[in-house]
Amino acid sequence: MKILVCISNVPDTTTKIKLNGEKTAIDLAGVQWIINPWDELALTRALELKEASAGKITKISVISVGSQGAEPTIRKALAIGADDAIRINTEPKDAYFAAFQVAEAVKTEAYDIILCGIESSDYNGSAFGGMLAEFMDLPSVSSVSSFELTGDVVKVNREIPGGYEVVEPQLPFVAVVQKGIAKEPRIPSMRGIMMARQKPLKVVEAIMADALTGFVAFEPPQPKAACKMVDPANVAELVDLLHKEAKII
Amino acid sequence: MSVLIYTENFDGKFKKSTFETVSYGAEIARQMGTTAIALSMGNVADDDLKTLGNYGASKVLHFNDARFANLDNSAFATAIAQAVEKEGANVVIMSGSNIAKAVAPRVSVKLKAGLVFAVSGLPKKLSPFTVPKKVFHGKAFADVVFNSAIKILSIAQNSFGVKEHLQNAAIEAFDAKVDDSAFKTKVTSVEKSTGKIILTDAEVIVSGGRGMKSPENWKPLEELAGILGAATACSRPVSDEGWRPHSEHVGQTGKIIAPNLYIACGISGAIQHLAGVSSSKVIVAINSDKEAPIFSAADYGIIGDAQKILPELITAFRKFKSEN
Ligand SMILES: Cc1cc2nc3c(=O)[nH]c(=O)nc-3n(C[C@H](O)[C@H](O)[C@H](O)COP(=O)(O)OP(=O)(O)OC[C@H]3O[C@@H](n4cnc5c(N)ncnc54)[C@H](O)[C@@H]3O)c2cc1C
Ligand SMILES: Nc1ncnc2c1ncn2[C@@H]1O[C@H](COP(=O)(O)O)[C@@H](O)[C@H]1O
Repeated sequence: MKILVCISNVPDTTTKIKLNGEKTAIDLAGVQWIINPWDELALTRALELKEASAGKITKISVISVGSQGAEPTIRKALAIGADDAIRINTEPKDAYFAAFQVAEAVKTEAYDIILCGIESSDYNGSAFGGMLAEFMDLPSVSSVSSFELTGDVVKVNREIPGGYEVVEPQLPFVAVVQKGIAKEPRIPSMRGIMMARQKPLKVVEAIMADALTGFVAFEPPQPKAACKMVDPANVAELVDLLHKEAKII
Repeated sequence: MSVLIYTENFDGKFKKSTFETVSYGAEIARQMGTTAIALSMGNVADDDLKTLGNYGASKVLHFNDARFANLDNSAFATAIAQAVEKEGANVVIMSGSNIAKAVAPRVSVKLKAGLVFAVSGLPKKLSPFTVPKKVFHGKAFADVVFNSAIKILSIAQNSFGVKEHLQNAAIEAFDAKVDDSAFKTKVTSVEKSTGKIILTDAEVIVSGGRGMKSPENWKPLEELAGILGAATACSRPVSDEGWRPHSEHVGQTGKIIAPNLYIACGISGAIQHLAGVSSSKVIVAINSDKEAPIFSAADYGIIGDAQKILPELITAFRKFKSEN
């Protein structure tokens, strides 16, 4: 069995967002880039499954659509434990464009399980995984919060309001994962970092494809009014403010 | 030309988020000078379907097929895409729920329709079709332009609100052609708590962080939630420690919530926490450290020990509830 983990390269979650002068883009100078947190957890779970599979899972690959600048992030995924990596050499214009690139690049590779995150922490697209599944004509399960593999049978928990459903998909399939899929992301070991340098990272050129959406302008959020402090000796005042001023109770 | 609104039901009933989606779609239809058509799938009573007219739907397509009792992403997307084609819809509206995340991307590819999630308001322009959207979990907003004939919008919860606009909605049976072979996922069991207020539906949420000190200290927090008809939530370390269930974790890596009132007790207000709660209408913070970052995100603050403040708040809210 082979597993593919799709990785998006995103600014560190603590990044302060600044805009460029024309407000047409986020100013990315000095930003630290990371593996999208969901993808890091997906990769962690894939490695756990491989280790527990007694040789049944033979390979874990990662793939990312991105320019040269995404390579440190891809190398980190190799250092965490992926066996090999593919980079599709182009800026991901939108999810439709990026998912199409990945679908074309891996269609002859016969991956049994493809893992994606539920959203990228930068543009909050929530679109890529489902699109990839549709382009590849594979079943998909979204909001996956746990993943078990027994023989050839996959069972995942899918979150629903107030609980979860256990879902059994036919393989191959795409799982779009979220909280719970793995406990803590794995951290690369010294040995992992050394080995990552030797692992194959294949760069493939992008093919012609359409993007259906585009960002044209950005703005910061509305500044918030200063917090009104309530005297701890008179908390009843808070109730009064919520009722009369905020009018929400 | 028309606007098609996909309306989710929960065991046959609609929720506020469904009505918000319809209200939003109806307003766009008005701007475009066209009609708003709702699509409902599964077993929903006609009286319930009719209520969609209260928010501006002039027609309700009802696709009632027993095979659609459980979500299968591919089969659902096939049915929705057929409804879009049948109605010649050029704008499709969905909520921001897990179901939309599961299904909308597949519909997008089927119809070669641009898709934007986390839409935060009405279109800024109809030509070229441009919508505002949250990015970086609300740390910024962007204008996104579509260059596809069909556009799919998933709206961020509570970004538009429920707006009444009475229409007499005609109910029309709709029969999508979906082969049995399209169903490639099987639901084998369901675990669901009943009677609990669901976090993503709650109007009021009382939440605790590491400053609550221990799981036993949640008693007053739960009592306050009970008085306010609120759901309870927590920060990530609290669920990591096992003090509270994972389903309560809010923030960038937990649930994204948008209640009317969020009361944060002993939560520092880390940027990843705020990413999940900053869309709340009003935030109240109770924290012993006056420098805690939560106060710069909050509307009202109390500096003090949560264990001391909570019982006093319980008394004050109880008094308020008995008088109002
Ligand atoms: C990739 C990534 C993703 C993350 N995702 C999330 C997420 O989704 N959600 C999330 O919450 N966190 C998330 N975090 C963690 C986040 O950075 C913070 O560590 C976390 O939110 C802190 O939780 P806390 O406020 O409960 O605890 P602390 O930071 O320990 O804060 C406790 C607060 O309680 C106050 N306090 C102490 N005693 C009292 C008292 N007696 N009465 C009142 N107040 C008191 C303190 O002054 C302090 O402000 C993420 C981190 C990373 C790196
Ligand atoms: N450029 C990309 N290359 C590879 N995978 C990606 C890319 N962008 C998004 N993904 C995958 O899609 C998920 C999130 O989708 P989205 O929010 O639509 O960007 C991520 O967690 C990744 O698994």
